[in-house]
Amino acid sequence: MRLFDSLRFRMAAIFHRHQMNAEMDEELCSHIQHRADDLERTGMARAEAERRARIEFGGRLKYKEEIHQSLGNYLLETVWQDVRVSVRQLGKSPAFTIAAVATLTLAIGADAVVFGLMDGLILRPLNVPQQQTLYGTQYGDNPTWQSYPNYLDLRDRNHSFEDLAAFSMALGVGMDTGKDAIASNGFRTSGNYFDVLRMQPYLGRFFHASDENGPNSAPYVVLTYSYWHTRFQDDRSVVGRTVLLNKHPFTVIGVAPPEFVGTLMFITPDFFVPIVNQGEAGGWDAKDRGTQNEVFETFGHLKPGVTLAQATGDVDAVSAYLVKAYPKQIAHHSTVLAHEGLTSFANGVHAFVSGLMVLATLILLAACANLGSLFAARAADRSREVALRLALGSSRTRILRQLFTEAILISLAGATVGVLGSVALLRRLSVWQPISGAPIHLPVTPDAKVYWFALALALVSGFLFGIVPVRQVLRANPYEIVKAGSSVMAGPRITLRDVLLVVQIAICAVLVTSSFVAVRGLVRSLNSNFGFEPRNTMLAGVNLDMAGYAGEKIPAMQRRMIDALHTIHGVDAVGLVNDYPPLVYDAGTTVSVFKEDATDLKPANAAIIPYRYDISPAYFEAAGTSLLAGRSLSWSDDKNAPAVAVINRDFAEKMFGSLTNAIGRMYKLQDGSRVKVVGVVENGKYQTLTENQQPAMFLPFIYAPVSSAFLVVRSKRDPQELAAAMRNKIRELDAGLPVDSQSWATLLQTVLFPSQVATMALGVMGLMGAMLSITGIFGMAAYSVSKRMRELGIRMALGAKRREVLQAALGRPLKLLVLGSATGLVLGLLATRVLSFIVYQATPKDPMVLGAVIFAMLLLGLVATWIPAQRALAVNPLTLLRED
Amino acid sequence: MAQLLPGTLDLLILRAVSLGPLHGYGILLRIGQISGNALLIEQGALYPGLFRLVKQGLLKSNWGTSENNRRAKFYELTVTGRKRLQEETDSWNRLAGAIAAALSQQPEEA
Repeated sequence: MRLFDSLRFRMAAIFHRHQMNAEMDEELCSHIQHRADDLERTGMARAEAERRARIEFGGRLKYKEEIHQSLGNYLLETVWQDVRVSVRQLGKSPAFTIAAVATLTLAIGADAVVFGLMDGLILRPLNVPQQQTLYGTQYGDNPTWQSYPNYLDLRDRNHSFEDLAAFSMALGVGMDTGKDAIASNGFRTSGNYFDVLRMQPYLGRFFHASDENGPNSAPYVVLTYSYWHTRFQDDRSVVGRTVLLNKHPFTVIGVAPPEFVGTLMFITPDFFVPIVNQGEAGGWDAKDRGTQNEVFETFGHLKPGVTLAQATGDVDAVSAYLVKAYPKQIAHHSTVLAHEGLTSFANGVHAFVSGLMVLATLILLAACANLGSLFAARAADRSREVALRLALGSSRTRILRQLFTEAILISLAGATVGVLGSVALLRRLSVWQPISGAPIHLPVTPDAKVYWFALALALVSGFLFGIVPVRQVLRANPYEIVKAGSSVMAGPRITLRDVLLVVQIAICAVLVTSSFVAVRGLVRSLNSNFGFEPRNTMLAGVNLDMAGYAGEKIPAMQRRMIDALHTIHGVDAVGLVNDYPPLVYDAGTTVSVFKEDATDLKPANAAIIPYRYDISPAYFEAAGTSLLAGRSLSWSDDKNAPAVAVINRDFAEKMFGSLTNAIGRMYKLQDGSRVKVVGVVENGKYQTLTENQQPAMFLPFIYAPVSSAFLVVRSKRDPQELAAAMRNKIRELDAGLPVDSQSWATLLQTVLFPSQVATMALGVMGLMGAMLSITGIFGMAAYSVSKRMRELGIRMALGAKRREVLQAALGRPLKLLVLGSATGLVLGLLATRVLSFIVYQATPKDPMVLGAVIFAMLLLGLVATWIPAQRALAVNPLTLLRED
Repeated sequence: MAQLLPGTLDLLILRAVSLGPLHGYGILLRIGQISGNALLIEQGALYPGLFRLVKQGLLKSNWGTSENNRRAKFYELTVTGRKRLQEETDSWNRLAGAIAAALSQQPEEA
């Protein structure tokens, strides 16, 4: 009952504040009237009695506040008062308020975006149940790929995983729903895939381990929700229907839930098929341990109580056993376990996101330094007001609390706008398809965590820049200030504001430097030597599986396509390369090669591990790769002739000592066959732009034909026209064969994508840094000019020259600018070592970058001090000295 | 006139209204009367105490008309208030007795 009363009382106190205040007033007045009545009775006149009564009573306001305090709603009351006062104060200087809120909007927005990325990419890479215990194996030195039998052994022999699932990609599969075949991308998975993930279907059912009974025993396909949505228009009757995958019939048995997008970050599949079905993939041997590219990744939940280290050791032990049992096929050195989804990208993504996080934090710090000095300047301007309030009996804590309220209000406003912007940006990112035609997307969906993060940032940063003027207020001596005016606050020679400005400019210079380094690196990587000439080259991916070719029909058809394309007007050369050409979709196959006299052909004994490309004779002409020595391949280098190869310069130098030495020499492949070197071509880039120089070899594709290949067409004709002509030519040969042609330069996007994104991100950060340094220097310069208007006026009246006036007004901000820029430049150059992991050829030792940064910072300084300088020069001594 | 010991104002207020409902000024006069005008109480300082006691449920208040024919807020004891006054009075008497005893004791010469 008492609790209820007290609650009611407090509620009443909060909600009926006005009523309460009125009642208090009435009660206190009544008291004074009664007292006056008594005084009147002693013979005093009524007016005098009331006056005496009021004086005796004392400060009514003070007692009212004490009453509120005694009721416990003091805190709420004063916070509300502080907020109202702060809003009024901020409303009085809208320019300051807008600038401060905008600064924080940018800074907190940037942090929220990066946090959203981190949250989406690192903290919860997959949207599956209990993902904290779900680990994927990065197996061996050549990341991730392993043979199917190897996976089976790993699954059955380990003691750490509850169960182990595996998956691989099936890219560019023609899915025919009865109307037309469209190239789609899927995952080929072990039967237990969905059970290991502990997932339930959205529609129909999933396949299970029990569905696998040997090759081609489970012709089932599960669709992802988004593919079902776009391709089948949410048609629920799709379950049970038969579709053709590369002309092979499969039954649609279910649809995965909407939030599930596969187990590989960035790659969104359209469908899932059991890995035991080999037909649609062009036929592979499930028993062959030597074929390493059957299983991309294995993963499973760790058993309860098993640590990451134990599991890694366990997988290594199984692998060691397998290496011993099958020395010819398996080279395995170490295992890395990582949270499933990120396994293959973990290092790059971690480096990239944490790099961004550091930069975003720097921006926020710079913004805080910026606002801190602005607040300090404001506090100095308001020192008279503060002094008056102190003199009138306000407590210092109360004044500080009000200043903090202002700071927090600004940062909350900034955070609100910033978070709205960043959520919009993240939403856009999550539906963004950076590379057309590739199943790549960023799984970032902002959730409540982003909002909490932004709120926390707002409070922390508000506190950070709110704390700057504290010392000023605590030391303020009301008597001195009221007497002498605010100009007495000359302060020490080096003020906190100076330090803050230098810190801020240094941070901004770091950002500017790193963005220049990144841009420069990107420009260089676009113009560097790839070992082929992507300009004027068209690539056409043709998968003969989609039209049902097999066996000897494959190379015959491929030769016919080469010949047909050659007849197109304006085509200079046509080549073919199996699987993927260099620098497309990050694809690349490496194999072990051995010295001619090697006998024990196990992977550990490999002389070198070059990239392997299977090409047609005119490939080098079509790709624009120059031949350095010997001859190119020809159609007569077929299966009946002695085996030959063309190698790159790096291969020649590593294996045979020199370029000229290599021609005519022999080496051995894994299968024991001897290959003769007939030619050497220039070095190039094969899988990524950042890779060190790698050896590579080129064999005639006719030795080992595969159905999936790229045609390389060199022509100066307009790409659109050329693509149409190529489509027509191939349709003449086989109307049912889908052809997707793009220029090589376009397809390079996949390898350039990371550095493009990095450059874009760094560019944006650099821009924000530049803007912050402009506002910082501007604020400082403008403040210093306005504080010294009188002094400048006197100097001018005494005949100072323009240069001297400028020096007096702006010398200090400029000195600080130079100091900050120099510090930032040095730090930035040190930081670019980190950048070189992401951005190709990001080297700090680049005079262009150095020059550009110095020039940019000078320009920023000039821009930021221009207006204050004009103001200083426009000083009219007469008007100024009259004022104040 | 003696300064009030901290915390004793509440007890005096409870005691003052225990004899019948009173408004704020009346309480002040009553305290003066029962203490023989020996205690100094700032007039305004009474009110935070009054509000606190109402909030604690020891007093209840009603608007009414005073003997001067003015509107005034009258305070009276609740049941808990009366109980509390008894307890506080007892404990004050014990304390006062103990302190008085301690102060009247003559120190023994060694």
